[in-house]
Amino acid sequence: MLMGLFNDWIVVILMMIGLYIVIAHGNLIKKLVGLTIFQTSVFIFYISMAKVDGGTAPILSDDIVQYSNPLPHVLILTAIVVGIATTALGLALVVRIKESYGSIEEEEIQLQDNEIKDESKEEAQP
Amino acid sequence: MINHLPVLIVVIPLMAAPICLLLNRPKLVWLFSLFASTLVFLISISLLQQVMDSGVISYDLGGWQAPWGIEYRIDKLNAFLLLIISAISTIVLFAAQTSIEKEIPKNKHTLFYILYLLSLTGMLGIVTTGDAFNVFVFLEISSLSAYALIAMGKDRQALWASYQYLIMGTIGATFILIGIGLMYQMTGTLNMEDLSQRLPEVAQTRTVFTAFAFVIVGICLKLALFPLHLWLPNAYAYAPSIVTAFFAATATKVAVYLLIRFTFSIFGLSFSFTHLPLQTLFIVLGLVGIFVASVAAIYQSNIKQLFAYSSIAQIGYMIVGFSVATVSGLTATLLHLFNHALMKSAIFLALGAVVYRVGNVQLSSFYGLGRQMPLTMAAIVVGGLSLIGVPLTVGFVSKWYLLLALLEQGWWPAAVLVLLGSLLAVVYVWKVVEAAYFKEPLATATPVKEAPMTFIIPIWILIIANIYFGIDTRLSVQVAEAAAQSLFGAAL
Repeated sequence: MLMGLFNDWIVVILMMIGLYIVIAHGNLIKKLVGLTIFQTSVFIFYISMAKVDGGTAPILSDDIVQYSNPLPHVLILTAIVVGIATTALGLALVVRIKESYGSIEEEEIQLQDNEIKDESKEEAQP
Repeated sequence: MINHLPVLIVVIPLMAAPICLLLNRPKLVWLFSLFASTLVFLISISLLQQVMDSGVISYDLGGWQAPWGIEYRIDKLNAFLLLIISAISTIVLFAAQTSIEKEIPKNKHTLFYILYLLSLTGMLGIVTTGDAFNVFVFLEISSLSAYALIAMGKDRQALWASYQYLIMGTIGATFILIGIGLMYQMTGTLNMEDLSQRLPEVAQTRTVFTAFAFVIVGICLKLALFPLHLWLPNAYAYAPSIVTAFFAATATKVAVYLLIRFTFSIFGLSFSFTHLPLQTLFIVLGLVGIFVASVAAIYQSNIKQLFAYSSIAQIGYMIVGFSVATVSGLTATLLHLFNHALMKSAIFLALGAVVYRVGNVQLSSFYGLGRQMPLTMAAIVVGGLSLIGVPLTVGFVSKWYLLLALLEQGWWPAAVLVLLGSLLAVVYVWKVVEAAYFKEPLATATPVKEAPMTFIIPIWILIIANIYFGIDTRLSVQVAEAAAQSLFGAAL
């Protein structure tokens, strides 16, 4: 039971680690790392789903009778590209956040935003 | 040519985006994007006509037959959505050049239009495609460009809002991806039509339940359904005005479409509503969403944020209609999709005009604007009345149908709560009206002129549409009803 679903266990454990990092950490880079781990677990899930016992790579040949399903591999190739784009965009945002806030800690950024809000409220009620 | 329309509607904006990079002159790029968007709008009209006359259009991409290749499938529901998205996109784009002059540095104008077109491509793609995995790909095309567009806002809060949206949006999209993977594992197909036929055989397995849960939670994140709405207010408030006007009218609508498509067409009515407590869950979340978001809206001093919260409340109404799960309930939801797109794009464009003249949208900046920018403020008033649901505006039509649907089921308490929710809308709309018409301008504020014509024309086109479709409801009701009936026809 445990060994038969080995890949699924890995997928679920990685997924939970990833989600936990995204939720629990205040550092923006660490959050992105968590997000990447979370996405990677889904890639593994798709890839292991395609495996057929005793099947090989889908290359036409006379002495091969069973193939693994290539479709999920192709799908996940697309998802990997999307994942890279997301990470790149996220990192670019973090760079600009660092430039304008001087910090990449969630708490400090929110503190700075709230200060501005309080000031504008005081101005509005003279 | 005519039978390639279903794919051209996605390909045209997709191809137009890189061409913009070659043109590289802001004015020219603007005209070219406007041209591409208009073309898409015309195609969507033609598609809607074809679908209403002769039924579903199926298009095999690259000539590969349906379950193997990717199929683009246009029925009444998505033809209706295509029309909403492309119409709003074209009208909003008309005001874009003037608006971004003051909000985005000159060297980024071309990039702005490229991202705008890509985002449009993504939304149109989600709606046209008949392939579950394709939905994910287009979802990410539209979301990635959306994050970048929001980050273009002039305040630094825009960066932080965009980052938060990126995290939430990616989790949502990945959830949908997991759900689709589980569905593929059970059925061996990604085609929506095929999925709907094969899923009932395996419907009672835990894998399918899990797939359903992942897909629905993922979509609800994109939908900003209470309590998954936390990314939305800041993202809308700090994005450039044009982006807010476009997204408020389209982005969440596309997510509502996905929700309807997955629950009604793919998983099927009996699975979604009989085996699982989706109905109770959604009506409660919808109603709580209406109240929490409306009350939050009342306490905002940034007017863009105020109307962003109001958007979350309006999504609540759509979800309430959806959870009734009858033809009339779904008609109300679809009508509200259309009507809410009209009112919110008009209001946010008007706010864009205020940003253009005044520079910000704090409540105190609105003091006395009723006299200085009469046409813009009048537009906000009419849009606000429509939000409340006053007769002769579109808001009334969709609330009326929603109430009918609720009463048909004998859900009195829900109907009363929906009406109370409208009263809260009176409060937050009045806040803006009071500031604009009954307060003297601050001594420090410099007087401003009326917004330029490039703003006034698109705003008033939308406002007139608000009133026109509030009086002559034939077109919108007929299409929404036909779309709702076709969904139930497929479910039976």
